[in-house]
Amino acid sequence: MPNKYPTEQLKSWNKAKEIRDNYYRDYADAKKKGGLRWAGGAWSFGAIPAGLGDDVYPITGEPYGASIAWNKEFALACQEAAEKKGYARDLCSYMRSYWGSIILDKYLWGGPFPKPDFMWQDHICCSHSKWYQVANELEGGKVPVFEIDVAVGPESEVNKNRVDYIVNQMLEGVDWLEKVTGRKYDDQKLIEAVYNECRATSVWAEICELNKTVPAPLDEKTMYSLYVLGTLMKHSKVVADYYEELLAETKDRVKRGIAAIPNECCRVMSDTQPPWAFLKVFRYLEKFGCVSVGSLYTFGLIGLWEVKPDGTWGAKTTPQQKGIKIKTREQALRILAEWNLSKPEWQHFYSPALKSDMMIRIAKEWKLNGVMLHYNRGCEGLSLGIAENRLALQKAGYPVMTFEGNMGDEREFDETRTMARIDSFMETLDLKKID
Amino acid sequence: MSMNDNKTPGGLSLTGFKKWYDTRHEYAKEWKKKNPKGKVMGYFCTYVPEEILYAADVLPVRILGSHEPQDVTEPHIFGMYCPFCRDCLAQGLKGRYNYLDGVMIAQSCLHIRQAFTSWQLHIPVPYSYYLPMPNNVQSKFAQPYLRGELEAFKKSVEGWTGKKITDKDLDKGIEIMNQSRRLMKQVYETRKSDNPPMTGLEAMYMAVSNQMTDKREHSKVLEEALKMLPKRKMDREPGARLMIVGSEDDDTEFINMVESVGATIVIDDHCTGSRYFWNEVKPENDRLSAIAQRYIDRPACPSKDWPARTRLPHILKLAKDYNVQGAIVIQQKFCDPHELDIPAITKMFKENNIPTLFLEFDVTVPIGPFKTRVQAFLEMISEDALF
Repeated sequence: MPNKYPTEQLKSWNKAKEIRDNYYRDYADAKKKGGLRWAGGAWSFGAIPAGLGDDVYPITGEPYGASIAWNKEFALACQEAAEKKGYARDLCSYMRSYWGSIILDKYLWGGPFPKPDFMWQDHICCSHSKWYQVANELEGGKVPVFEIDVAVGPESEVNKNRVDYIVNQMLEGVDWLEKVTGRKYDDQKLIEAVYNECRATSVWAEICELNKTVPAPLDEKTMYSLYVLGTLMKHSKVVADYYEELLAETKDRVKRGIAAIPNECCRVMSDTQPPWAFLKVFRYLEKFGCVSVGSLYTFGLIGLWEVKPDGTWGAKTTPQQKGIKIKTREQALRILAEWNLSKPEWQHFYSPALKSDMMIRIAKEWKLNGVMLHYNRGCEGLSLGIAENRLALQKAGYPVMTFEGNMGDEREFDETRTMARIDSFMETLDLKKID
Repeated sequence: MSMNDNKTPGGLSLTGFKKWYDTRHEYAKEWKKKNPKGKVMGYFCTYVPEEILYAADVLPVRILGSHEPQDVTEPHIFGMYCPFCRDCLAQGLKGRYNYLDGVMIAQSCLHIRQAFTSWQLHIPVPYSYYLPMPNNVQSKFAQPYLRGELEAFKKSVEGWTGKKITDKDLDKGIEIMNQSRRLMKQVYETRKSDNPPMTGLEAMYMAVSNQMTDKREHSKVLEEALKMLPKRKMDREPGARLMIVGSEDDDTEFINMVESVGATIVIDDHCTGSRYFWNEVKPENDRLSAIAQRYIDRPACPSKDWPARTRLPHILKLAKDYNVQGAIVIQQKFCDPHELDIPAITKMFKENNIPTLFLEFDVTVPIGPFKTRVQAFLEMISEDALF
């Protein structure tokens, strides 16, 4: 049977890979260049340490844990090393892999695990700050740690008291950075980083928005390799520029009718991090002409959104697009705090209903036929409320399939059972394998 | 278990605390009958500022589970979250808290938060409130932030109850809470003696019933108990002096078993125990500021114990003050915050030559296998004492 739609590889694919490879190499090699290393979460305010200079290199824990998951042998060694130290097997699997890498003193990209000069974390999930509390203990307890509590309620209830709490911690954090690194802080670099972060996260949303098109120009498996750049250094010019390039290419794909998969006839979304060692699940869907066009996770972990005048979801207007000139440290930090408080993936920490509403919106606007929810045993933060999301999606009329697994610990993923579930779900959606 | 003096001078009995614990729902319904204008607020975490609720003539009752297997929460909470949060939600879904006028939570762990949010979605209740209690309690900015949140909460409660909360009302609320804390601490002080005048089980009933009854009434019985306890002689050998450390715990069957095989639990670090009442509100002109400071300073829940580990010196001090010979470290299955503290706590005990026994709790605990482990632990402690 001839293909329904033309497909082609992303031209900017290799560049995304190169940015990622450079990122991990730069972190390891920071000392050769006289630079600094910091470790923290993918949601931490990376724009703030950027004010210390251009030779300050981060490693964010979650994507590092996800990368480890791709290497089954090393992942298992890391999980077991953490367990041997007494850490429970049901804790965040990214966190256990990260700790395991420290305990084994092995860096995924070769050599010993590069010790950070400081740890810089935010806190909205119970595991966030404890992750680096333990990481520091495993590193010998001498690494300075600064953690910012951002759990002040949903965007709809943001007020001055709540933003002040975050901004005050950030301002203290800047002084702390100067103290622990001995470097003078450059507010201009902070301001640039804030502009970059707003640009990168808004443009990523614009890219995701293009997937409303039928056929979808991108599939979620591909998007995993692209959104990840935002989790590494969303505040950097290189990522913001790359996303601009990717946006142009995706627009071109839409214009030319280039599809992510050749026989799209069914569109679904997933939820939470996938079981990284088993992304073949998504390739299996293609055999049925089914494409996962994304998820609140891929769209909203890094992407920032707003409701447009026509009532649909679109990329959030950046401060620079609004003509706002950031002049001071405090203004930059306030904008950064408020920008992040609207992050879609921060809302469900206060109610599953907020997430259900966003998921139903995606299901409608991205023209979905069904939903596949990953009950992810590896992440207590993003699996939070997922059972209520299932009920709400079903009530809204969307067929929902659930499967249990773990983003970073393959011992908790039953491949055969999951594939059998997918077969049943495809049958429910009236889909047959395409010969 | 019998004692030679079960009655307080006023004729009240320590068994009254157990009765309150066993008949918590009847108690609350009865309270409403006696206080027709009063409202009952069910709360999910001990960071809830009960001072403001007492100031508004609201009875705060902590929502706890029933330790029965159930299947009503499966559609609502994914099974990787702790059994305690599911047990709490089950009580609501089964209609056992149908007398509540409101529910609230003060932000703490993600697990119990799900019980609250699912309650909001599926169990009709006229009022609900999410108090975004700061997690970074070690930051100097947490107290002023919390003070602002308490102001907003007070205003919300005023809207709900239709009653303006004055400074005088807040003073009343603070005093009700502080008196209860003071008395509970005095009771706990008696457990330091070589032959404690009460068992750990009795202390647990006393502490947990404190979270589900009107503190004014509870304090009266505590005062009576305090007159009786110094004279009370137990007709049992205390055996090994143990501490119990961990997450929420009102598993009375377990405590009873431990104390039936040659031990007495003399101190705890639980949010159903000492963490709940250990510190008082220190009076200030700005009452809300004083209340905020109290919740910032209280012995921390592990979800808020960062970047420094303040729980370690606190727990060690308790262990030394109460002269414990061993510690049982428990956690609710899947409880991430405690799982993140337990290796550090166990290491600290080891460094201080205090043996530990780790046990993972579910809604029901396997008493038989646990008994064997506790007996082996006690045997190890007694051998340590010999050699």
